[in-house]
Amino acid sequence: MVTDKLSNHFLSGIKDGIPIGLGYLSVSFTFGIMAVNSGLPVWIAVLISMTNLTSAGQFAGISLISAGAPYIEMALAQLIINLRYSLMSLSLTQKTDKSFNTLHRLILSFGITDEVFAVASGKPHDIDTKYMYGLITVPYWGWAMGTLMGAAAGSILPESVSSAMNIAIYGMFLAIIIPPAKKAHPVLWVIILSVTLSFILHYTPYLNRLSEGFVIIICALAASGFGALFFPVKEVAE
Amino acid sequence: MIFIHISIMAGVTYFVRMLPMVIFKKKIESNFIKSFLYYVPYAVLGSMTFPAIFSATSSTYSAIAGTIIAVLLAFMEKSLLTVALSSCLVVYITEWILRFINLQ
Repeated sequence: MVTDKLSNHFLSGIKDGIPIGLGYLSVSFTFGIMAVNSGLPVWIAVLISMTNLTSAGQFAGISLISAGAPYIEMALAQLIINLRYSLMSLSLTQKTDKSFNTLHRLILSFGITDEVFAVASGKPHDIDTKYMYGLITVPYWGWAMGTLMGAAAGSILPESVSSAMNIAIYGMFLAIIIPPAKKAHPVLWVIILSVTLSFILHYTPYLNRLSEGFVIIICALAASGFGALFFPVKEVAE
Repeated sequence: MIFIHISIMAGVTYFVRMLPMVIFKKKIESNFIKSFLYYVPYAVLGSMTFPAIFSATSSTYSAIAGTIIAVLLAFMEKSLLTVALSSCLVVYITEWILRFINLQ
């Protein structure tokens, strides 16, 4: 399809990255405020955002820094919270075309976030490096700028606006998973199983002490394993 | 020392993303693993969205309203931006109405 060819482009990546970047503004804005409130200087908050590019890991990170946690605890916490990226990264390797050489992989893997992964894996075709560079650009700068604004200016956004913006990311996720679930029932079953497990892990006593990262990993392993076992795909995965 | 803390954060976060990307360069042949990886995005996004979406905003009611609109528009296959912004708008309006009712 012509549209498929056109969409394999830097500019189309930029375009797809805009909603992600907008969503990031409000989240990183909150991060900036929290970082400064926990006693970090503005430029350190921005430095963390520009070198980490992750939400849950950074929020946990600043609380560990201000608690003066041992380095090993910091490393373990980051590993557990962010291990889900390995699964996403592995999944994306099956959607990359020949333009992904080792150098591009070393650079581009830095930009794999939940939302970037979601959009890239939602593409109907393999993705090339130009598209990926485009897709990462706006979210990266949105994340950095949001942190800077939050840290520097405190709360500019009224509470009502930032509350509304917080749902943007989830709206985007739903827009990615629901259309394929309509067309393929196995996908629907995998989603239902994963969501059900997620509810159980969040609301069952004791189990609800698991970290967010672990919950996502358990749900993903169980639901995808179930899908692969009972609904193996041959042609769809191409 | 804060720079060591930040280096550890950045280093661990980068390695979990980078290693699979650099190690697995070939298309995987096993049909089970291929199928597994095909389902991963849906499972990951499903568990990340629920139940987190219900506590994303400052009121559960506005979150439910935003979720319903997002599900409906996604079902109608609207674009990512349309779905995301519409649910934001509905959350904003719902919270405005909630505040209005409380004031009466």
